[in-house]
Amino acid sequence: MPSLGADMEDGTFTEWHGAPGQQVARGQVICVVETQKGAIDVEIWQAGTLAKLIAAPGQKIPVGQLMALVATEGEDWKAIAAAAAEPPPRGAPRPERPTSESVPGRAAPAVAPGEAPVAVPATPSRVKISPAARRRAEQLGVDVTTVKPSGMHAAISIADVELAARVAKPPVQPTAAKPPDRQAAMRDAIAAAMSRSKREIPHYYLASGINAERAISWLEKRNEAVPIGERALFAALELKAVALALRETPELNGFYQAGSFRPGAGMHLGVAISLRGGGLVAPALHDVDRMSLADLMVQLKELLRRARSGQLRSSEMSDPTITVTNLGDLGVETVFGVIYPPQVALVGLGRLQMKPWVIDGAIAPGRVLQATLSADHRVSDGMRGARFLVELDRLLQQPEILA
Amino acid sequence: MSTSRDEVRRALIDCILAVAPEANFSEVRPDRPVRDQLDIDSFDFLTILQHLHEKIGVDVPESDYGKMITLDGSVDYLMRRLSEG
Repeated sequence: MPSLGADMEDGTFTEWHGAPGQQVARGQVICVVETQKGAIDVEIWQAGTLAKLIAAPGQKIPVGQLMALVATEGEDWKAIAAAAAEPPPRGAPRPERPTSESVPGRAAPAVAPGEAPVAVPATPSRVKISPAARRRAEQLGVDVTTVKPSGMHAAISIADVELAARVAKPPVQPTAAKPPDRQAAMRDAIAAAMSRSKREIPHYYLASGINAERAISWLEKRNEAVPIGERALFAALELKAVALALRETPELNGFYQAGSFRPGAGMHLGVAISLRGGGLVAPALHDVDRMSLADLMVQLKELLRRARSGQLRSSEMSDPTITVTNLGDLGVETVFGVIYPPQVALVGLGRLQMKPWVIDGAIAPGRVLQATLSADHRVSDGMRGARFLVELDRLLQQPEILA
Repeated sequence: MSTSRDEVRRALIDCILAVAPEANFSEVRPDRPVRDQLDIDSFDFLTILQHLHEKIGVDVPESDYGKMITLDGSVDYLMRRLSEG
């Protein structure tokens, strides 16, 4: 089971898109998993032949547990399938890697299995439990001191709490793979990730006003010349500028894990998308710095459509290297975001506001954007963070570069 | 062929419902900014305009976005554009 975000503890398996003996290509969607953030199409990150499908529909599987065996090139999938033992019991630790590959999240562990919310060490009752699991325990009326952890962190997970609740009460057989309350589940997931962020990440915050008049005028001219379907939004131009500015400050783009910083493999911007009816997802747009504005707009539209219809892909969920939140549409001038662990920075973009601006000694009206940076002080300092905002400003004054 | 005000209004509402299916138009104040009332962001807005273009053939340029603020104002504007041919 891949980790589809730092706040994920487990996923409920929905269905396979494949059968034993079938050849699969890297990046192919091979199954669907229901998470707190909706149904996610899981892509395989290794080519090979499906040998044995272990996960069954409706099964709740902890992050890191085996879902399938895949024969790589030169291996006999039938032999692997025959040699594979019965599926490990629920909640068992991940077995030693067999000769074949399990289904990994992504080759580079953008969000490793060990990134499940870390336990709070010293709660009054001295129980190691994730915040989301504690909340679930409260909902279910489970005494957390009676719950045994099953995962590799020896911390109580949501699954442990739910198991304890089922043991206490006669089980109600779930008929569908969908969790009973998606809204509450998503709230819990956000709570767990954000609590962890504020507990572990020493944030620092910077803000800068950027005169966006030149960039907007350029964009308006561009949009006049193209059909409505090819119009680009200022938000897309902003994303491109953020991605290019990150080239100057790579220490803002990546992950802080196991006590050290690992730079991201590309500019994979997590785009914060609020969902109708509540909740939030921040799936990745990949390699934004290398996309043309037109391509970026197409990809962004597609990402929004799939996010809102609950059809995101595993790679989008697991590998954003930085998050961008754009609350400009909601009318706020400035947004200081909370970093999404294990990322190390978040860029906040506010509403464009007409303001007086001094250019060459004269006051001129212009649409001004408040850009902010929340960054992890373990990895970068204010000087470097400031450098990013200065670069963002410089790029927005030369919108032709962003095309 | 002329399109009635009601038809334009209906078309606009259909286009909005395509992106905001939960919108309840009996609660929408037609004289207040519609995007605020229905949480329509700039992407949703662009999508609505694209649907509208397909449906009634009016291409709203960015410079006219300011005329598409309220429901009533939007219908006025679209009627004007349609009568101009």
